[in-house]
Amino acid sequence: MADEADKQNGAETSSRPERAKPDPPGYFEGESMTRRRAFTVAAQGLGGIAGAAIVLPAVGFAVAPIFHRGKERWEVVGPVDDFVADTYRQVVFTETEGIGDAGKTTAYVRKGSKQFGESPNEVVAVSNRCAHLGCPVSYVEAAGNFICPCHGGVYDFQGKRLGGPPVRPLDQFQTRIRNGQVEVGPRYSVTSQLEPVRARDPGEFTGGIWEYLYPPRPSTFPPPSG
Amino acid sequence: MKLDSLIPSPLRKPAKPGEGNGAKGQAPADLKTAPPERPSHTEKLVDKAKEAPVDVLAWVDQRTAASGFLTGMLFRKVPKGTNWFYTLGSATLFAFIVQAVTGVFLAMFYTPSTTQAYASISHINNEVFLGAFVHGMHKWGSSVMVILIFLHMGRTFFFGAYKYPRELNWVIGVVLLILTMTMAFTGYLLPFDQRSFWASVVGININGTGPVIGPYLSDFLRAGPELGATTLSRFYAIHMLLLPGAIIALIGAHMYLVVKLGTTAPPWVRAEKPKLAAPVTKLDAGAEGNGAAPPR
Repeated sequence: MADEADKQNGAETSSRPERAKPDPPGYFEGESMTRRRAFTVAAQGLGGIAGAAIVLPAVGFAVAPIFHRGKERWEVVGPVDDFVADTYRQVVFTETEGIGDAGKTTAYVRKGSKQFGESPNEVVAVSNRCAHLGCPVSYVEAAGNFICPCHGGVYDFQGKRLGGPPVRPLDQFQTRIRNGQVEVGPRYSVTSQLEPVRARDPGEFTGGIWEYLYPPRPSTFPPPSG
Repeated sequence: MKLDSLIPSPLRKPAKPGEGNGAKGQAPADLKTAPPERPSHTEKLVDKAKEAPVDVLAWVDQRTAASGFLTGMLFRKVPKGTNWFYTLGSATLFAFIVQAVTGVFLAMFYTPSTTQAYASISHINNEVFLGAFVHGMHKWGSSVMVILIFLHMGRTFFFGAYKYPRELNWVIGVVLLILTMTMAFTGYLLPFDQRSFWASVVGININGTGPVIGPYLSDFLRAGPELGATTLSRFYAIHMLLLPGAIIALIGAHMYLVVKLGTTAPPWVRAEKPKLAAPVTKLDAGAEGNGAAPPR
Protein backbone atom coordinates (compact mmCIF):
# COMPACT_ATOMS: atom_id res chain seq x y z
CA MET A 1 0.00 0.00 0.00
CA ALA A 2 1.55 3.21 -1.09
CA ASP A 3 1.27 5.86 1.52
CA GLU A 4 3.01 9.10 2.37
CA ALA A 5 6.05 7.35 3.80
CA ASP A 6 6.59 5.36 0.61
CA LYS A 7 6.54 8.48 -1.42
CA GLN A 8 9.10 10.02 0.84
CA ASN A 9 11.31 6.94 0.77
CA GLY A 10 11.09 6.73 -2.98
CA ALA A 11 9.19 3.47 -3.58
CA GLU A 12 8.46 4.67 -7.08
CA THR A 13 11.96 4.96 -8.39
CA SER A 14 10.86 5.37 -11.99
CA SER A 15 9.53 8.79 -11.20
CA ARG A 16 13.03 9.94 -10.41
CA PRO A 17 16.07 9.98 -12.69
CA GLU A 18 18.16 6.80 -12.13
CA ARG A 19 21.47 7.48 -10.45
CA ALA A 20 24.38 5.97 -12.39
CA LYS A 21 25.83 2.89 -10.68
CA PRO A 22 29.48 3.13 -9.73
CA ASP A 23 31.65 1.18 -12.12
CA PRO A 24 32.81 -2.20 -10.78
CA PRO A 25 36.55 -2.55 -10.19
CA GLY A 26 38.57 -3.01 -13.36
CA TYR A 27 35.80 -1.73 -15.59
CA PHE A 28 36.51 0.63 -18.41
CA GLU A 29 33.93 2.47 -20.39
CA GLY A 30 32.81 0.62 -23.49
CA GLU A 31 33.73 -2.82 -22.16
CA SER A 32 30.97 -5.40 -22.39
CA MET A 33 32.55 -7.51 -19.65
CA THR A 34 34.54 -6.57 -16.60
CA ARG A 35 38.06 -7.88 -16.15
CA ARG A 36 36.91 -9.85 -13.13
CA ARG A 37 34.17 -11.52 -15.08
CA ALA A 38 36.48 -12.25 -18.01
CA PHE A 39 39.00 -13.92 -15.73
CA THR A 40 36.28 -15.92 -14.01
CA VAL A 41 34.97 -17.23 -17.31
CA ALA A 42 38.48 -17.95 -18.58
CA ALA A 43 39.49 -19.80 -15.42
CA GLN A 44 36.33 -21.89 -15.42
CA GLY A 45 36.70 -22.62 -19.11
CA LEU A 46 40.30 -23.73 -18.71
CA GLY A 47 39.33 -25.85 -15.71
CA GLY A 48 36.59 -27.44 -17.75
CA ILE A 49 38.98 -28.21 -20.61
CA ALA A 50 41.51 -29.68 -18.19
CA GLY A 51 38.80 -31.81 -16.58
CA ALA A 52 37.51 -33.02 -19.93
CA ALA A 53 41.05 -33.86 -21.04
CA ILE A 54 41.25 -36.34 -18.16
CA VAL A 55 37.68 -37.62 -17.97
CA LEU A 56 36.90 -38.18 -21.65
CA PRO A 57 39.87 -40.47 -22.43
CA ALA A 58 39.24 -42.38 -19.20
CA VAL A 59 35.59 -42.94 -20.06
CA GLY A 60 36.51 -43.86 -23.62
CA PHE A 61 39.06 -46.34 -22.26
CA ALA A 62 36.41 -48.00 -20.10
CA VAL A 63 33.73 -48.02 -22.81
CA ALA A 64 35.94 -49.02 -25.77
CA PRO A 65 35.42 -52.81 -25.40
CA ILE A 66 31.78 -52.32 -26.43
CA PHE A 67 32.94 -51.39 -29.92
CA HIS A 68 35.78 -53.86 -30.21
CA ARG A 69 35.32 -57.14 -32.07
CA GLY A 70 37.88 -59.82 -31.41
CA LYS A 71 39.54 -62.01 -34.00
CA GLU A 72 37.33 -64.65 -35.59
CA ARG A 73 38.22 -68.00 -34.07
CA TRP A 74 37.78 -71.46 -35.58
CA GLU A 75 38.63 -74.59 -33.68
CA VAL A 76 38.78 -78.20 -34.82
CA VAL A 77 36.48 -80.41 -32.74
CA GLY A 78 36.93 -83.76 -34.47
CA PRO A 79 36.68 -85.68 -37.77
CA VAL A 80 33.39 -85.61 -39.68
CA ASP A 81 32.89 -89.33 -39.17
CA ASP A 82 32.59 -88.81 -35.40
CA PHE A 83 29.23 -87.13 -35.80
CA VAL A 84 25.83 -88.56 -36.76
CA ALA A 85 22.52 -87.03 -37.75
CA ASP A 86 20.16 -88.53 -35.20
CA THR A 87 21.93 -87.60 -31.98
CA TYR A 88 24.36 -85.04 -30.59
CA ARG A 89 27.94 -85.36 -29.54
CA GLN A 90 29.26 -82.99 -26.91
CA VAL A 91 32.39 -80.99 -27.75
CA VAL A 92 34.31 -78.50 -25.61
CA PHE A 93 36.30 -75.71 -27.20
CA THR A 94 37.73 -72.30 -26.33
CA GLU A 95 35.46 -69.35 -26.98
CA THR A 96 37.40 -66.68 -25.07
CA GLU A 97 41.17 -66.87 -25.10
CA GLY A 98 43.50 -66.11 -22.24
CA ILE A 99 41.42 -67.10 -19.24
CA GLY A 100 42.00 -70.83 -19.14
CA ASP A 101 39.11 -73.17 -18.46
CA ALA A 102 36.73 -70.29 -17.77
CA GLY A 103 36.95 -69.31 -21.44
CA LYS A 104 35.79 -72.70 -22.68
CA THR A 105 32.28 -73.44 -23.82
CA THR A 106 30.30 -76.51 -24.78
CA ALA A 107 28.46 -77.23 -28.02
CA TYR A 108 26.31 -80.18 -29.10
CA VAL A 109 27.27 -81.17 -32.63
CA ARG A 110 25.46 -83.38 -35.16
CA LYS A 111 25.29 -83.81 -38.90
CA GLY A 112 22.48 -82.23 -40.90
CA SER A 113 19.28 -84.24 -41.05
CA LYS A 114 16.91 -84.50 -44.03
CA GLN A 115 14.06 -84.57 -41.53
CA PHE A 116 14.64 -80.86 -40.85
CA GLY A 117 15.47 -79.95 -44.45
CA GLU A 118 19.21 -79.84 -43.87
CA SER A 119 21.93 -81.12 -46.13
CA PRO A 120 23.72 -84.26 -44.86
CA ASN A 121 27.00 -82.54 -45.69
CA GLU A 122 26.52 -79.74 -43.21
CA VAL A 123 27.17 -79.82 -39.50
CA VAL A 124 24.97 -78.27 -36.84
CA ALA A 125 26.53 -77.02 -33.57
CA VAL A 126 24.08 -76.02 -30.85
CA SER A 127 25.38 -73.97 -27.92
CA ASN A 128 24.67 -75.31 -24.45
CA ARG A 129 24.08 -71.78 -23.15
CA CYS A 130 20.49 -71.45 -22.01
CA ALA A 131 18.61 -68.62 -23.73
CA HIS A 132 17.07 -67.65 -20.42
CA LEU A 133 19.99 -66.46 -18.28
CA GLY A 134 22.98 -68.38 -19.56
CA CYS A 135 23.12 -71.52 -17.45
CA PRO A 136 24.55 -74.60 -19.14
CA VAL A 137 21.87 -76.89 -20.59
CA SER A 138 22.49 -80.56 -21.26
CA TYR A 139 21.12 -82.82 -23.95
CA VAL A 140 19.08 -85.63 -22.43
CA GLU A 141 19.24 -88.59 -24.80
CA ALA A 142 16.18 -90.38 -23.42
CA ALA A 143 13.93 -87.34 -23.84
CA GLY A 144 15.59 -86.03 -26.98
CA ASN A 145 15.47 -82.60 -25.37
CA PHE A 146 17.86 -80.00 -24.01
CA ILE A 147 17.08 -79.31 -20.35
CA CYS A 148 18.36 -76.45 -18.22
CA PRO A 149 19.09 -77.19 -14.54
CA CYS A 150 18.58 -73.64 -13.27
CA HIS A 151 14.99 -72.64 -14.00
CA GLY A 152 13.59 -75.54 -15.96
CA GLY A 153 13.95 -74.38 -19.56
CA VAL A 154 13.29 -77.17 -22.10
CA TYR A 155 14.28 -77.19 -25.80
CA ASP A 156 13.49 -79.73 -28.51
CA PHE A 157 16.01 -81.67 -30.59
CA GLN A 158 16.70 -78.67 -32.84
CA GLY A 159 17.06 -76.31 -29.90
CA LYS A 160 13.63 -74.70 -30.26
CA ARG A 161 12.01 -73.68 -27.02
CA LEU A 162 9.45 -76.16 -25.70
CA GLY A 163 8.79 -74.75 -22.26
CA GLY A 164 10.04 -72.79 -19.29
CA PRO A 165 11.36 -69.24 -19.15
CA PRO A 166 13.71 -69.10 -22.19
CA VAL A 167 12.81 -66.40 -24.70
CA ARG A 168 14.22 -67.94 -27.88
CA PRO A 169 15.86 -71.13 -29.20
CA LEU A 170 19.37 -72.12 -28.21
CA ASP A 171 22.24 -70.27 -29.89
CA GLN A 172 24.31 -72.01 -32.55
CA PHE A 173 27.88 -71.85 -33.77
CA GLN A 174 29.00 -71.46 -37.34
CA THR A 175 30.52 -74.68 -38.66
CA ARG A 176 32.66 -75.71 -41.62
CA ILE A 177 34.46 -78.81 -42.76
CA ARG A 178 38.15 -78.53 -43.60
CA ASN A 179 40.25 -81.58 -44.54
CA GLY A 180 37.63 -83.94 -43.13
CA GLN A 181 37.68 -82.13 -39.80
CA VAL A 182 34.71 -80.29 -38.30
CA GLU A 183 35.52 -76.74 -37.20
CA VAL A 184 33.30 -74.51 -35.08
CA GLY A 185 33.45 -70.76 -35.31
CA PRO A 186 31.62 -67.67 -34.02
CA ARG A 187 28.38 -67.83 -32.13
CA TYR A 188 25.09 -66.63 -33.60
CA SER A 189 21.55 -66.51 -32.31
CA VAL A 190 18.40 -67.68 -34.08
CA THR A 191 14.81 -66.57 -34.23
CA SER A 192 11.96 -68.85 -33.25
CA GLN A 193 11.96 -70.03 -36.90
CA LEU A 194 15.70 -70.83 -36.61
CA GLU A 195 16.67 -67.98 -38.94
CA PRO A 196 20.19 -66.85 -38.05
CA VAL A 197 20.65 -63.41 -36.53
CA ARG A 198 23.59 -61.73 -34.80
CA ALA A 199 24.50 -63.20 -31.44
CA ARG A 200 22.39 -61.93 -28.58
CA ASP A 201 22.90 -62.37 -24.88
CA PRO A 202 20.64 -64.78 -23.06
CA GLY A 203 17.33 -63.28 -21.98
CA GLU A 204 17.00 -61.15 -25.12
CA PHE A 205 14.27 -61.90 -27.67
CA THR A 206 15.11 -62.21 -31.36
CA GLY A 207 13.22 -61.50 -34.56
CA GLY A 208 10.64 -58.88 -35.49
CA ILE A 209 10.57 -55.73 -33.39
CA TRP A 210 12.93 -57.31 -30.87
CA GLU A 211 15.76 -56.79 -33.34
CA TYR A 212 15.38 -53.07 -32.56
CA LEU A 213 14.62 -53.34 -28.83
CA TYR A 214 17.70 -55.53 -28.38
CA PRO A 215 19.99 -54.03 -31.00
CA PRO A 216 22.90 -56.12 -32.28
CA ARG A 217 26.17 -55.32 -30.56
CA PRO A 218 29.27 -54.25 -32.51
CA SER A 219 31.32 -56.79 -30.54
CA THR A 220 29.56 -59.77 -32.16
CA PHE A 221 30.08 -61.37 -35.56
CA PRO A 222 27.57 -61.14 -38.41
CA PRO A 223 25.37 -64.25 -38.74
CA PRO A 224 26.06 -66.76 -41.54
CA SER A 225 24.31 -65.70 -44.73
CA GLY A 226 21.65 -68.03 -46.06
CA MET B 1 42.72 -41.36 36.55
CA LYS B 2 39.40 -39.79 35.81
CA LEU B 3 38.36 -39.72 32.19
CA ASP B 4 37.23 -36.13 32.55
CA SER B 5 40.78 -34.97 33.03
CA LEU B 6 41.67 -36.33 29.59
CA ILE B 7 39.00 -34.40 27.76
CA PRO B 8 39.75 -30.76 27.06
CA SER B 9 37.14 -28.56 28.69
CA PRO B 10 35.46 -27.46 25.45
CA LEU B 11 34.88 -31.13 24.58
CA ARG B 12 33.37 -32.08 27.92
CA LYS B 13 29.70 -32.73 28.07
CA PRO B 14 28.05 -29.53 29.21
CA ALA B 15 26.44 -29.78 32.64
CA LYS B 16 22.69 -29.68 32.80
CA PRO B 17 21.24 -26.51 34.23
CA GLY B 18 21.29 -26.67 38.03
CA GLU B 19 23.70 -29.59 38.15
CA GLY B 20 26.91 -27.77 37.38
CA ASN B 21 29.58 -27.41 39.97
CA GLY B 22 30.19 -23.72 40.21
CA ALA B 23 32.65 -24.02 43.12
CA LYS B 24 36.34 -23.79 42.33
CA GLY B 25 37.26 -26.32 45.03
CA GLN B 26 37.42 -26.35 48.77
CA ALA B 27 39.59 -23.60 50.17
CA PRO B 28 41.54 -24.36 53.37
CA ALA B 29 39.74 -23.17 56.46
CA ASP B 30 42.58 -20.97 57.57
CA LEU B 31 45.62 -20.32 55.42
CA LYS B 32 47.76 -19.40 58.45
CA THR B 33 47.20 -22.60 60.45
CA ALA B 34 47.18 -24.87 57.40
CA PRO B 35 49.59 -23.52 54.81
CA PRO B 36 49.38 -25.22 51.40
CA GLU B 37 51.87 -28.02 51.04
CA ARG B 38 54.45 -27.49 48.34
CA PRO B 39 54.33 -30.29 45.75
CA SER B 40 57.45 -32.40 45.58
CA HIS B 41 59.50 -32.74 42.38
CA THR B 42 57.94 -36.13 41.58
CA GLU B 43 54.44 -34.82 42.13
CA LYS B 44 55.11 -31.99 39.73
CA LEU B 45 56.32 -34.46 37.10
CA VAL B 46 53.26 -36.65 37.60
CA ASP B 47 51.02 -33.63 37.25
CA LYS B 48 52.77 -32.67 34.05
CA ALA B 49 52.45 -36.20 32.68
CA LYS B 50 48.76 -36.19 33.58
CA GLU B 51 48.23 -33.00 31.66
CA ALA B 52 50.22 -34.04 28.60
CA PRO B 53 47.27 -35.63 26.73
CA VAL B 54 45.14 -32.60 27.50
CA ASP B 55 47.87 -30.35 26.20
CA VAL B 56 48.14 -32.35 22.97
CA LEU B 57 44.39 -32.24 22.39
CA ALA B 58 44.32 -28.56 23.23
CA TRP B 59 47.17 -27.94 20.78
CA VAL B 60 45.19 -29.65 18.00
CA ASP B 61 41.97 -27.96 19.02
CA GLN B 62 43.56 -24.52 18.97
CA ARG B 63 44.60 -25.07 15.38
CA THR B 64 41.50 -26.82 14.03
CA ALA B 65 38.69 -25.54 16.26
CA ALA B 66 37.35 -29.09 16.00
CA SER B 67 35.87 -29.11 19.49
CA GLY B 68 32.96 -26.86 18.56
CA PHE B 69 32.04 -29.12 15.68
CA LEU B 70 32.53 -32.29 17.71
CA THR B 71 30.47 -31.10 20.68
CA GLY B 72 27.73 -30.04 18.32
CA MET B 73 27.80 -33.45 16.67
CA LEU B 74 28.25 -35.68 19.72
CA PHE B 75 26.01 -33.88 22.20
CA ARG B 76 23.21 -32.92 19.87
CA LYS B 77 19.69 -33.19 21.16
CA VAL B 78 17.62 -36.23 20.26
CA PRO B 79 13.86 -36.37 20.47
CA LYS B 80 11.94 -38.13 23.21
CA GLY B 81 11.22 -41.76 22.34
CA THR B 82 14.53 -42.39 20.58
CA ASN B 83 15.07 -46.15 20.85
CA TRP B 84 17.19 -49.06 19.65
CA PHE B 85 15.74 -48.87 16.12
CA TYR B 86 17.66 -45.62 15.73
CA THR B 87 20.93 -47.52 15.92
CA LEU B 88 20.37 -49.36 12.63
CA GLY B 89 22.06 -46.61 10.62
CA SER B 90 25.15 -46.71 12.84
CA ALA B 91 25.08 -50.49 12.61
CA THR B 92 25.11 -50.26 8.80
CA LEU B 93 28.01 -47.82 9.00
CA PHE B 94 29.86 -50.23 11.28
CA ALA B 95 29.22 -53.07 8.82
CA PHE B 96 30.67 -50.90 6.06
CA ILE B 97 33.75 -50.14 8.14
CA VAL B 98 34.23 -53.88 8.75
CA GLN B 99 34.00 -54.45 4.98
CA ALA B 100 36.47 -51.67 4.27
CA VAL B 101 39.04 -52.87 6.80
CA THR B 102 38.82 -56.58 5.95
CA GLY B 103 38.77 -55.69 2.24
CA VAL B 104 42.05 -53.81 2.50
CA PHE B 105 43.71 -56.79 4.14
CA LEU B 106 42.22 -59.27 1.66
CA ALA B 107 43.63 -57.15 -1.17
CA MET B 108 47.12 -57.79 0.21
CA PHE B 109 46.81 -61.47 -0.75
CA TYR B 110 44.27 -61.50 -3.57
CA THR B 111 45.28 -61.63 -7.25
CA PRO B 112 42.65 -60.37 -9.71
CA SER B 113 43.69 -62.70 -12.51
CA THR B 114 41.46 -65.34 -14.03
CA THR B 115 44.11 -67.99 -13.70
CA GLN B 116 45.26 -67.08 -10.17
CA ALA B 117 42.21 -65.60 -8.44
CA TYR B 118 40.83 -68.93 -7.21
CA ALA B 119 44.26 -70.10 -6.09
CA SER B 120 44.88 -66.87 -4.18
CA ILE B 121 41.54 -67.21 -2.38
CA SER B 122 42.39 -70.82 -1.46
CA HIS B 123 45.74 -69.58 -0.22
CA ILE B 124 44.01 -66.96 1.95
CA ASN B 125 41.55 -69.49 3.33
CA ASN B 126 43.92 -72.36 3.95
CA GLU B 127 47.40 -71.02 4.53
CA VAL B 128 47.40 -67.37 5.60
CA PHE B 129 47.27 -66.87 9.39
CA LEU B 130 43.63 -66.01 10.28
CA GLY B 131 42.97 -65.75 6.52
CA ALA B 132 39.76 -67.77 6.68
CA PHE B 133 38.55 -65.49 9.48
CA VAL B 134 39.22 -62.24 7.62
CA HIS B 135 37.75 -63.65 4.40
CA GLY B 136 34.76 -64.94 6.35
CA MET B 137 34.21 -61.55 7.95
CA HIS B 138 34.20 -59.96 4.50
CA LYS B 139 32.01 -62.61 2.91
CA TRP B 140 29.36 -62.85 5.64
CA GLY B 141 29.74 -59.19 6.53
CA SER B 142 28.51 -58.25 3.08
CA SER B 143 25.23 -60.07 3.73
CA VAL B 144 25.02 -58.44 7.16
CA MET B 145 25.46 -55.02 5.59
CA VAL B 146 22.74 -55.64 2.99
CA ILE B 147 20.35 -56.87 5.70
CA LEU B 148 21.12 -53.92 7.98
CA ILE B 149 20.72 -51.36 5.22
CA PHE B 150 17.26 -52.72 4.45
CA LEU B 151 16.28 -52.71 8.14
CA HIS B 152 17.55 -49.13 8.40
CA MET B 153 15.48 -48.23 5.34
CA GLY B 154 12.43 -49.92 6.85
CA ARG B 155 12.87 -47.99 10.11
CA THR B 156 13.09 -44.72 8.18
CA PHE B 157 10.00 -45.61 6.19
CA PHE B 158 7.79 -46.83 9.01
CA PHE B 159 8.78 -43.97 11.34
CA GLY B 160 8.04 -41.46 8.58
CA ALA B 161 11.57 -40.12 8.89
CA TYR B 162 11.81 -39.54 5.12
CA LYS B 163 9.39 -36.61 5.20
CA TYR B 164 10.20 -32.92 4.97
CA PRO B 165 12.91 -31.73 5.49
CA ARG B 166 14.70 -35.09 5.16
CA GLU B 167 13.70 -36.09 1.61
CA LEU B 168 17.20 -35.47 0.25
CA ASN B 169 18.66 -37.79 2.87
CA TRP B 170 16.23 -40.49 1.75
CA VAL B 171 17.40 -39.99 -1.84
CA ILE B 172 21.05 -40.24 -0.78
CA GLY B 173 20.17 -43.36 1.20
CA VAL B 174 18.57 -44.96 -1.84
CA VAL B 175 21.69 -44.26 -3.89
CA LEU B 176 23.75 -45.80 -1.08
CA LEU B 177 21.48 -48.86 -1.19
CA ILE B 178 22.04 -49.23 -4.94
CA LEU B 179 25.80 -48.79 -4.51
CA THR B 180 25.80 -51.42 -1.75
CA MET B 181 23.96 -53.88 -4.00
CA THR B 182 26.43 -53.14 -6.81
CA MET B 183 29.21 -53.73 -4.32
CA ALA B 184 27.75 -57.12 -3.41
CA PHE B 185 27.32 -57.99 -7.10
CA THR B 186 30.85 -57.08 -8.17
CA GLY B 187 32.38 -58.76 -5.12
CA TYR B 188 30.59 -62.01 -5.89
CA LEU B 189 32.72 -62.68 -8.99
CA LEU B 190 36.09 -62.16 -7.29
CA PRO B 191 36.68 -65.66 -5.82
CA PHE B 192 36.20 -66.92 -9.40
CA ASP B 193 34.85 -70.32 -8.47
CA GLN B 194 31.94 -72.05 -10.21
CA ARG B 195 29.35 -70.26 -8.09
CA SER B 196 30.89 -66.83 -8.66
CA PHE B 197 31.27 -67.40 -12.37
CA TRP B 198 27.74 -68.56 -13.08
CA ALA B 199 26.15 -66.08 -10.68
CA SER B 200 27.93 -63.27 -12.52
CA VAL B 201 26.95 -64.70 -15.91
CA VAL B 202 23.32 -64.73 -14.82
CA GLY B 203 23.56 -61.27 -13.23
CA ILE B 204 25.11 -59.71 -16.32
CA ASN B 205 22.51 -61.37 -18.54
CA ILE B 206 19.73 -59.94 -16.37
CA ASN B 207 21.28 -56.50 -16.96
CA GLY B 208 21.21 -57.29 -20.66
CA THR B 209 17.46 -57.82 -20.76
CA GLY B 210 16.87 -54.07 -20.41
CA PRO B 211 15.62 -52.89 -23.79
CA VAL B 212 17.86 -50.86 -26.14
CA ILE B 213 20.74 -50.14 -23.72
CA GLY B 214 20.76 -53.53 -21.99
CA PRO B 215 22.97 -55.32 -24.54
CA TYR B 216 25.53 -52.49 -24.42
CA LEU B 217 25.45 -52.45 -20.63
CA SER B 218 26.27 -56.16 -20.63
CA ASP B 219 29.18 -55.59 -23.01
CA PHE B 220 30.41 -52.77 -20.78
CA LEU B 221 30.29 -54.95 -17.66
CA ARG B 222 32.07 -57.85 -19.38
CA ALA B 223 34.42 -55.65 -21.40
CA GLY B 224 33.47 -57.73 -24.43
CA PRO B 225 30.92 -60.15 -25.80
CA GLU B 226 31.89 -62.94 -23.40
CA LEU B 227 32.94 -63.06 -19.78
CA GLY B 228 36.72 -62.85 -20.01
CA ALA B 229 39.96 -61.90 -18.33
CA THR B 230 39.19 -58.19 -18.32
CA THR B 231 35.78 -58.82 -16.74
CA LEU B 232 37.45 -59.89 -13.50
CA SER B 233 39.84 -56.95 -13.33
CA ARG B 234 37.00 -54.62 -14.26
CA PHE B 235 34.82 -55.96 -11.44
CA TYR B 236 37.79 -55.78 -9.09
CA ALA B 237 38.45 -52.12 -9.93
CA ILE B 238 34.78 -51.23 -9.56
CA HIS B 239 34.56 -53.20 -6.32
CA MET B 240 37.57 -51.79 -4.54
CA LEU B 241 38.26 -48.40 -6.11
CA LEU B 242 35.20 -46.85 -7.68
CA LEU B 243 32.38 -47.86 -5.34
CA PRO B 244 34.11 -47.45 -1.95
CA GLY B 245 35.02 -43.86 -2.82
CA ALA B 246 31.47 -43.08 -3.89
CA ILE B 247 30.03 -44.79 -0.81
CA ILE B 248 32.34 -42.97 1.60
CA ALA B 249 31.51 -39.61 0.02
CA LEU B 250 27.78 -40.27 0.18
CA ILE B 251 27.96 -41.57 3.76
CA GLY B 252 29.61 -38.26 4.63
CA ALA B 253 26.76 -36.32 3.01
CA HIS B 254 24.21 -38.63 4.65
CA MET B 255 25.63 -38.11 8.13
CA TYR B 256 26.07 -34.38 7.62
CA LEU B 257 22.37 -34.11 6.91
CA VAL B 258 21.50 -36.28 9.93
CA VAL B 259 23.47 -33.98 12.21
CA LYS B 260 22.23 -30.86 10.47
CA LEU B 261 18.55 -31.77 10.48
CA GLY B 262 18.37 -33.90 13.62
CA THR B 263 16.39 -37.11 13.99
CA THR B 264 12.65 -37.57 14.17
CA ALA B 265 10.65 -38.80 17.12
CA PRO B 266 8.86 -42.11 16.64
CA PRO B 267 5.34 -41.63 15.29
CA TRP B 268 3.75 -42.70 18.58
CA VAL B 269 5.38 -39.83 20.50
CA ARG B 270 3.14 -36.78 20.31
CA ALA B 271 4.44 -33.27 20.41
CA GLU B 272 4.01 -31.83 23.90
CA LYS B 273 1.60 -29.00 24.29
CA PRO B 274 3.26 -25.83 25.52
CA LYS B 275 2.73 -25.53 29.25
CA LEU B 276 0.77 -22.54 30.40
CA ALA B 277 2.02 -20.44 33.28
CA ALA B 278 -1.14 -20.99 35.28
CA PRO B 279 -3.70 -23.72 34.70
CA VAL B 280 -6.78 -22.28 33.08
CA THR B 281 -9.84 -23.72 34.73
CA LYS B 282 -13.48 -22.99 34.41
CA LEU B 283 -12.91 -20.84 31.37
CA ASP B 284 -15.98 -22.35 29.85
CA ALA B 285 -17.79 -24.45 32.37
CA GLY B 286 -20.36 -25.66 29.88
CA ALA B 287 -17.86 -27.23 27.46
CA GLU B 288 -16.99 -30.28 29.61
CA GLY B 289 -20.61 -31.16 30.07
CA ASN B 290 -21.12 -31.29 26.30
CA GLY B 291 -18.83 -34.22 25.75
CA ALA B 292 -15.82 -32.17 24.66
CA ALA B 293 -12.40 -33.64 25.24
CA PRO B 294 -11.16 -33.11 28.78
CA PRO B 295 -8.19 -30.80 29.10
CA ARG B 296 -4.89 -32.61 29.14
